[in-house]
Amino acid sequence: MAELTEQPCPPGDYDVVVVGSGPGGLQAAYCLARAGIDRCAVVSRDPAPGGMFRRFPIYQRLISWTKPDAPFEHGTREYENYDHNSLVGDEPEHQALAPRFMDRAYDLPARHEMESALVEFATRGAIVVRYGCEWLSTRRNDDGGFVVVTSDGEFRCRACVFAIGVTDPWKPPIPGLQDAPHYADALPPEQYAGKSILIVGKRNSGFELAQGLLPWVRTIMLASPRPVDTSMLAFSPLRLRYLQPFDEHVRGGSGSHVVDAAIERIERDSTGYRTVVNGTSWEGRLVLESDELIVATGFRAPLRDLPSLGVATVNDGRLPALTPYWESVSVPGIYFAGNVTQGSPGLRKHGATSNSTSVNGFRYNARLGAHHIAQKHFGLAVERPTLEPEAVVPYLLHDLALGPELWIQKGYLSRVVSFDGDDGIRDQGIVPLADFIDRGAADACAVAIEYDAGGTIVPAVYIRRGGRLAEHVLPPHPLNAFDAAEHERELTARLAPLLS
Amino acid sequence: MRPVEARTDNFVETLARLSLFADLPHPQVEALAHTFTEEVFGEGQRVIRQDMAGSGFYVILDGEAAVVIDGDERARITRGDFFGEVSILTDELPTADVIATTMLRCLTIPNNELKAFLLKQPTVMYRMLQAQARRLRAANVWRS
Repeated sequence: MAELTEQPCPPGDYDVVVVGSGPGGLQAAYCLARAGIDRCAVVSRDPAPGGMFRRFPIYQRLISWTKPDAPFEHGTREYENYDHNSLVGDEPEHQALAPRFMDRAYDLPARHEMESALVEFATRGAIVVRYGCEWLSTRRNDDGGFVVVTSDGEFRCRACVFAIGVTDPWKPPIPGLQDAPHYADALPPEQYAGKSILIVGKRNSGFELAQGLLPWVRTIMLASPRPVDTSMLAFSPLRLRYLQPFDEHVRGGSGSHVVDAAIERIERDSTGYRTVVNGTSWEGRLVLESDELIVATGFRAPLRDLPSLGVATVNDGRLPALTPYWESVSVPGIYFAGNVTQGSPGLRKHGATSNSTSVNGFRYNARLGAHHIAQKHFGLAVERPTLEPEAVVPYLLHDLALGPELWIQKGYLSRVVSFDGDDGIRDQGIVPLADFIDRGAADACAVAIEYDAGGTIVPAVYIRRGGRLAEHVLPPHPLNAFDAAEHERELTARLAPLLS
Repeated sequence: MRPVEARTDNFVETLARLSLFADLPHPQVEALAHTFTEEVFGEGQRVIRQDMAGSGFYVILDGEAAVVIDGDERARITRGDFFGEVSILTDELPTADVIATTMLRCLTIPNNELKAFLLKQPTVMYRMLQAQARRLRAANVWRS
């Protein structure tokens, strides 16, 4: 643990500065070092690795699963499809650390198990972090780079990576709401025993609170303008974990209510809260009375002064607006890692967005982002191995069947192979699909896993030849076996012009 | 933990000021803001791609974009304008690229949710129809 307790990375000149030591910061730091960035400083205001998992989820159980036993060995790329909580390493001893700490009481790790796995990754991966060093402000340097000002001094760099989480409590501007406690301030569940509770919000944190409080409280009600979309939730881990309060409401169970209403104002007196709401999926107005009220309206990224530096934001300033490689759309050289990379939704084909809010998705973002930074800012190109013509179809079929980046980042990440007359056929690695489609010019193909218009999982092939791009969606398969004969035939036919 | 102050020009108020949503009661504007999302594109980023399936419906909240067909710019669109609905309504591939020419801020509604939204909010559908009628008239004038 020596690396974790000393104070390395003193203020000074660096190639890249990473801010944050949660899973996003650790993954970025690990990958930047292995992408050839020698002078990388990692700073964190925390005393140890883990980021949000040092504290959240507030009721201590994650919503993403890891299956310790699987058809593939721990440490293989294919096993990553069964482990949605480990960071990814280049060496087997850095891989699949989350299942090592799980007691198998549940397929969802407990918070402390996740934290232990992250500490282990930092230790085994020899990730050097300057802990207790808080990022305070940022400014441009005369040389085109940036100065990251911290509580320990100034760090100058050419590019910075902010892995700062989406952890600042956020409340919409509703009269009376600012004074009510946020999810982040929720008390242990037993302190709500026998009380009536109103939760404002019907997303992850709202349902997590409701689930945690159900065994204790007298009645529970969730209210927000948007109806719960059960078809959308079918794609969400929320289905598994948090929907009991909603199911109780649908069943007509007394004491559980889920109300679609815009909150007009909240009044508080000595007896509790009175919340005035206007229906959205119904007409009319209600006054909801409750002993306690908890605001579960989400979080925002603690961007500090980045917006004043020109970093554009979305969603009421809660997230940075990002390119497909997670760079600010407005300030080149400022990158993001971790769950803040949800600021890049991808192509949104049929409404599907990137899966960058959780570790399983953003671990790949950090790896690609590190290689992108190394190449774009430092000229460190990743080696792109050549492929024999007869190897191309089986190689792509394997990724369509088992490639974890494609499966976990559906519609966002793709496998790209280039076909250049002089340079031959090369594996260009995993590439954001939007980047392939919008920026490429050479003859190439990309394969990805997507949802079709009806929500069925399908493989897709994009072929660019002579500057023209064609999109082909292949058929679904009842076992999602996209390396079956039918897909081999179709992929072979589609690739024939490139391979001829 | 002290919550961060929300900006005054929030998403809900921005939507409420657009003529497309002018007839919606405020709670419905809030529901709209909570159901669909804002997306921001940097200059040069593509929003909709010609001949690519599955794209959504967009309403420009701020900024400007170019409508480009086969590489030729055909029109500029700006705040309050919307695009993407034709390919969704006709179930055909988009016939143009839409490319941000400045920082571009949009409301986006996924293709598979537009129909249900319009059927639930007929005043928005009527406003959309009016805009389409004006476009059709402008196109006819241009041709004659």
